[in-house]
Amino acid sequence: MATTRDWLLDDSPSSRLQARLGRSYRLSHALARNPLAMVGAIIVLTLILVALFAPWIATHSPIGQDLAMRLKPPSWDNWMGTDELGRDIWSRVVYGARITLMIVALVAVLAAPVGLIVGAVAGYFGGWTDRILMGITDIFLSMPKLILALAFVAALGPGIQNAIIAIAIATWPGYARIARAETLTIRNSEFVAAVELQGASSFRVIVNHILPLCTSSMIIRVTLDMAGIILTAAGLGFIGLGAQPPLPEWGAMISRGRSFILDQWWVATMPGFAIVIVSLGFCFLGDGLRDVLDPKHGDRQ
Amino acid sequence: MNALAIDNLDISYGDSKVTHGIGFNVAEGESFALVGESGSGKTTVLKAIAGMAKSWTGSISVFGAPRSHGIDRGFAKQCQMVFQDPYGSLHPRKTVDATLSEPLAIHGIGDSGARVDEVMQSVGLDRRFRFRFPHQLSGGQRQRVAIARALILKPQMLLLDEPTSALDVSVQAEILNLLKRLRREQGLTYLMVTHNLPVVSFLCDRLAVMRHGRVVEIADVDQLKRGALVDPYSRELTKFSAAHLQN
Amino acid sequence: MNALLEIRNLKVTFPTARGPVDVVKGLSLTLGRERLGIVGESGSGKSMTGRSILRLIRSPGQVTADEMTFNGTDLLSLSERQMRAIRGARISMVMQDPKFSLNPVMTIGDQIAEALLTHQKLARSDIRSRTLAMLEAVRINDPERVLGLYPHEVSGGMGQRVMIAMMLIPEPDLLIADEPTSALDVSVQAQVLEIIDDLVKRKGMGLILISHDLDLVSAYCDRILVMRSGEVVEECDAGELKNAKHPYTRGLLASIPRIDESRDELPVLERTGAST
Repeated sequence: MATTRDWLLDDSPSSRLQARLGRSYRLSHALARNPLAMVGAIIVLTLILVALFAPWIATHSPIGQDLAMRLKPPSWDNWMGTDELGRDIWSRVVYGARITLMIVALVAVLAAPVGLIVGAVAGYFGGWTDRILMGITDIFLSMPKLILALAFVAALGPGIQNAIIAIAIATWPGYARIARAETLTIRNSEFVAAVELQGASSFRVIVNHILPLCTSSMIIRVTLDMAGIILTAAGLGFIGLGAQPPLPEWGAMISRGRSFILDQWWVATMPGFAIVIVSLGFCFLGDGLRDVLDPKHGDRQ
Repeated sequence: MNALAIDNLDISYGDSKVTHGIGFNVAEGESFALVGESGSGKTTVLKAIAGMAKSWTGSISVFGAPRSHGIDRGFAKQCQMVFQDPYGSLHPRKTVDATLSEPLAIHGIGDSGARVDEVMQSVGLDRRFRFRFPHQLSGGQRQRVAIARALILKPQMLLLDEPTSALDVSVQAEILNLLKRLRREQGLTYLMVTHNLPVVSFLCDRLAVMRHGRVVEIADVDQLKRGALVDPYSRELTKFSAAHLQN
Repeated sequence: MNALLEIRNLKVTFPTARGPVDVVKGLSLTLGRERLGIVGESGSGKSMTGRSILRLIRSPGQVTADEMTFNGTDLLSLSERQMRAIRGARISMVMQDPKFSLNPVMTIGDQIAEALLTHQKLARSDIRSRTLAMLEAVRINDPERVLGLYPHEVSGGMGQRVMIAMMLIPEPDLLIADEPTSALDVSVQAQVLEIIDDLVKRKGMGLILISHDLDLVSAYCDRILVMRSGEVVEECDAGELKNAKHPYTRGLLASIPRIDESRDELPVLERTGAST
């Protein structure tokens, strides 16, 4: 172990691979020293594991109804109780992790790159390109996220795919703004001037030199936004425009439990807990990543 | 043939003209300095030659070929630039190796491993620095990397923008020695912008003194050394530099 | 000569991944009402020394000293509040770049007046006349007009003179100038330094001039400390700098190009370790 560690921390790496691995090692080491970030990472990791191994972790079928077992409080058999159709809430929450993870991952995959590219292109070229791209961005930004997502879902029709698309459409403008702001500061730096002087094309400058510097703030921002995305998805589920029954989406579960909130608190509370814990997990992780990746502090580690 | 010929150059930023009728020639293999205080327009001239300041009128020609208003690949192989700030001119997330390989990739030149090795050796950078990030290097090492990056395309002319003003004096001496040796070994032409007259005296053959966007005097460096500059403003500049030294 | 500032065994320590690093290693100095220059290259600890006198070293940096007294007051035992009363009023500091030290949304007049008001109560007309007098003292030709300007409307040299006016208007006993002119053109440099010099002499203040420039420090100081990696390697009278004994100082002096340069190669300092 000691030798691997020395190899990773070597001040004079002898290959590209070693330099890159060394940097990742230093970053993860710094992240591990931040307790809140570790809590966040563990929560997010748990979410991923639960989603992957849902069939083994769940004790019942997430959609199997048993009207004889309606609205039972938490017990040895049903750890989180049962809902109004006699379905096991623990199993539904476990399967719900899959839906939440899918929403989060797809939104990140759709929205972050679009925002990144639009912002970088606008910031790099400036002038009319900037004005047009940022004009579009501002139109999207001027509307609250949930309302915008609502409008799109209403137009596209309810359903989980449409909810994901709607959330992605509502999220990218924020990333475009950040990417543009970062690009503007990078664009005038001397290292960009230096590659331009070597005859690099605009495409090359943006992709090889500007985007890599925007990504860390983007990763931080996306991680911090995850909580908001989960809440928006839950919100859409809650008003019936997101995942459709019988899919065990957490927001929709809360919505159905609302009618029993006074007498059978667990029906709405258990998925609520799941949302809060996962959102917090992403927030902690995002905060920790910011401490580690932020170029103002990170590289000195 | 002149490496660089500039005639009647007016550069403007927006509506305001920064330089007025600049003209000078730099012979091939010569080291020429543009001297002046901040706001004199000396750096702007360098930027116009490099293609970074795009709105100018007049003529600039490099090795006989007129310069366009932008940057083209042919020019990139002839002429490169070294910037003032060794902290800002290197990409913070790229290793020395990546920074030096990039120009080769742009121009589709193969054999990058050996070329990088060779150029690092010629600027006096040890091999163990090859895969370090800029934050793991000192100011002097960074400036060596910046010089290596400018040299890797084997240009004939270097534009030097205050290449040592951000460095400590002892490091400045090393970089100045390096620049002098490289010029001798590779027959380079230098155009250096600086406010530091002793540096001009060490590294250059001729100089042009600029003030408020105009060239007030072009002289041999011998004249500078003897304190025989003619223009009153040049004499004043010399006086300040010399005053420092006599105390 | 009674000592204005007395420092014994000053240490500034920063923790790093590889254990704590001393950036100042046991520096001692006694300062009267005189002009002391501290020279050194980057990383020599010269700026840290200046900042630690005003207790401006931010955590996690740590300052310790056997003694650090200013006019008989122990600076290390003062509360942060008492320290604020000393900063500006008794000890002032001029930093390198006026752009970062002036408040961009306040007029120059207001900023100078505030520097004065923080430490004294005065009538409005008094403030104005003292501000104008101070601007004149730093050789600003048209003080009435400059009072109403914002920092971005003045040149670098003018901005630095405004900074000096701000720092000197409460009439401190000690001025610490950390690279006060390195952001300025040579011709303006001389002007600014002469202003500082003149005011220091006239008001009988102590001055600590921190710079990387050996020539400049020897021109404007009485005594010089040469620092290298946290230690003082040489202490001498300014006039004696040419006859410096320590090889480091001699090496530094030799590595500066001269305006009548005839050497083909500049001598280079021997490096210790890998820090080129």
